[in-house]
Amino acid sequence: MRRTATSAGLFAALVVAIAVLPKFLTDFRAQQFAYVAVYLVALIGLNVLTGYTGQMSLGHGAFMAVGGYTTAILMTDHGIKDLWTIPAAAVVAGAAGFLFGLPALRLTGLYLALATFAIAVATPAVIKKFEGFTGGGSGKNLFGVKELTGGIAPVHVLGWKLNFNNWLYYLCWTVALVLYVVAWLLLRGRTGRAFRAVRDSETAALSSGVSLARYKTLAFGVSAAYAGVAGSLFAIATTYVNPDTFPVQLSIFLLVGVVVGGLGSLTGLIAGAIFIEFLPLWAQDISKSPGAPGVVYGVILIGVIFLLPTGAAGLLRRVASLFRGR
Amino acid sequence: MALLSVRDVTLRFGGIVALDGVSFDVEPGQICGLIGPNGAGKTTAFNVITRLYTPDEGALELNGESLLHTPPHRIVERGIARTFQNINLFKTMSVLENVLVGSHTRSADEGAALEILDYVGLREHAHRPAADLPYGTQKRVEIARALAAQPSLLLLDEPAGGLNHEEVAELGEFVRRLRDDRELTILLVEHHMALVMGISDHVNVLSFGRKIADGPPAQVQQDPAVIEAYLGAADDDPVVGA
Ligand SMILES: Nc1ncnc2c1ncn2[C@@H]1O[C@H](COP(=O)(O)OP(=O)(O)OP(=O)(O)O)[C@@H](O)[C@H]1O
Ligand SMILES: [Mg+2]
Repeated sequence: MRRTATSAGLFAALVVAIAVLPKFLTDFRAQQFAYVAVYLVALIGLNVLTGYTGQMSLGHGAFMAVGGYTTAILMTDHGIKDLWTIPAAAVVAGAAGFLFGLPALRLTGLYLALATFAIAVATPAVIKKFEGFTGGGSGKNLFGVKELTGGIAPVHVLGWKLNFNNWLYYLCWTVALVLYVVAWLLLRGRTGRAFRAVRDSETAALSSGVSLARYKTLAFGVSAAYAGVAGSLFAIATTYVNPDTFPVQLSIFLLVGVVVGGLGSLTGLIAGAIFIEFLPLWAQDISKSPGAPGVVYGVILIGVIFLLPTGAAGLLRRVASLFRGR
Repeated sequence: MALLSVRDVTLRFGGIVALDGVSFDVEPGQICGLIGPNGAGKTTAFNVITRLYTPDEGALELNGESLLHTPPHRIVERGIARTFQNINLFKTMSVLENVLVGSHTRSADEGAALEILDYVGLREHAHRPAADLPYGTQKRVEIARALAAQPSLLLLDEPAGGLNHEEVAELGEFVRRLRDDRELTILLVEHHMALVMGISDHVNVLSFGRKIADGPPAQVQQDPAVIEAYLGAADDDPVVGA
């Protein structure tokens, strides 16, 4: 109980910090932090699948693409306001994840990693192929479309006037924090325990009455729904989607982000999301000579994994136990 | 009517016949021993009863209804829970969470789980990671997890493995008490002969996948086929009656 109260207090502090942060940020930075929220949503989803249920995915960028294209197509071809496309993206991507989860039941470990990776590799080509539907290689432009909130005139929310980047920031962080709480509620109870049971021992889970098929596909569905929301927000934030918006690297970055944040824990994922958004930029700052940013990125990644084998969440746990005097 | 009825069950792994036409019954309220030298097929029998393996031939019935149409994750709802020979806990979870997963198909409420931990004497460890506990304690966590499923039939696979002399005596008392307090039927696989013979109402003996004897403990201990099976087996097997 006391731990729940402490968590709630820390979460409230986080909400306040996020709410006031734009006051201290340039417009450009506010947009970058909006992307941190987008990645956070995707990482929560991937962690449900990989961290909690133990199913590796190297293809979550593909589910982001499903969400991003759902939003883009609904906005440009069906005149649906951007905000309403976010839940639609969750449903469509969630259904795609659930359907992929069914055949994936037969795969574990490396085979599952390869199958999901194949999906990520194939996604850009598939998008190009269905040109009439997706806009093909030239993609879909959302900028200047009247369904985009804040694209033309400033947004008024509760008497506040927000420019586009600040609007994006608050939109993405509101969605991310709500979905963080939803995930926390889902994972702390019976369902979360069933997920972890599947990860820890399939045999013991079965013998305790936990259906592997049900919880593995549920994890796939929930995880992909989160990725779909992330993709939808990504499309809204970039105001543009094309086949290269969701490249293979994105899927790999997401897995990196989950490992950096901490597998099987929610608390560290913000660090993972910051890592995904800012590390490539820092790597660029250090050296711009050809290939150098990639090397810097790699070296930092290896360093982080050596220093924090249990991710940022593990570091937080160690700090917390120091405070409790153990 | 028997609670559990195993009829002519055969299971092969490639060329190995792990169970070869095995039949036995477990009567309600019994503590029923299942013994045999290493590799006799005891754990395999548990895996067949809990539907992790499907027998190549034969039938399995619980309360007169076949188990063969029940998928493994529904076995516990039919009233069968088990422990594992090699500890198979949820390693990243606390003791309490392990027990809560055990009650997945039941209440899954914390009060009931804590009550079970009280009953098996593990309340003080409720919030410790299960993997941090000593071996014998982990075995008890497995029993607690199985009890949380409110089974009518409990399968214990070598619960005395790794316990010292005193603990084994305690375990015997505990298993009896379980049966009496909770109206359980228990199928017990165990190499510790004094324990099995001391608490079982009935004992079945397997050797190389076949049932070679069954009856009350006193009778089985005298059975020449049983003595032969154990004497013929590896040296590290305890001799009947030891
Ligand atoms: N999954 C499996 N694949 C192949 N062979 C197996 C498998 N499980 C068991 N066996 C074989 O089946 C036979 C019976 O094994 P089982 O584990 O049931 O014996 P046991 O009576 O429980 O022995 P112990 O007392 O050593 O636990 C052995 O020969 C074993 O090697
Ligand atoms: Mg065995």
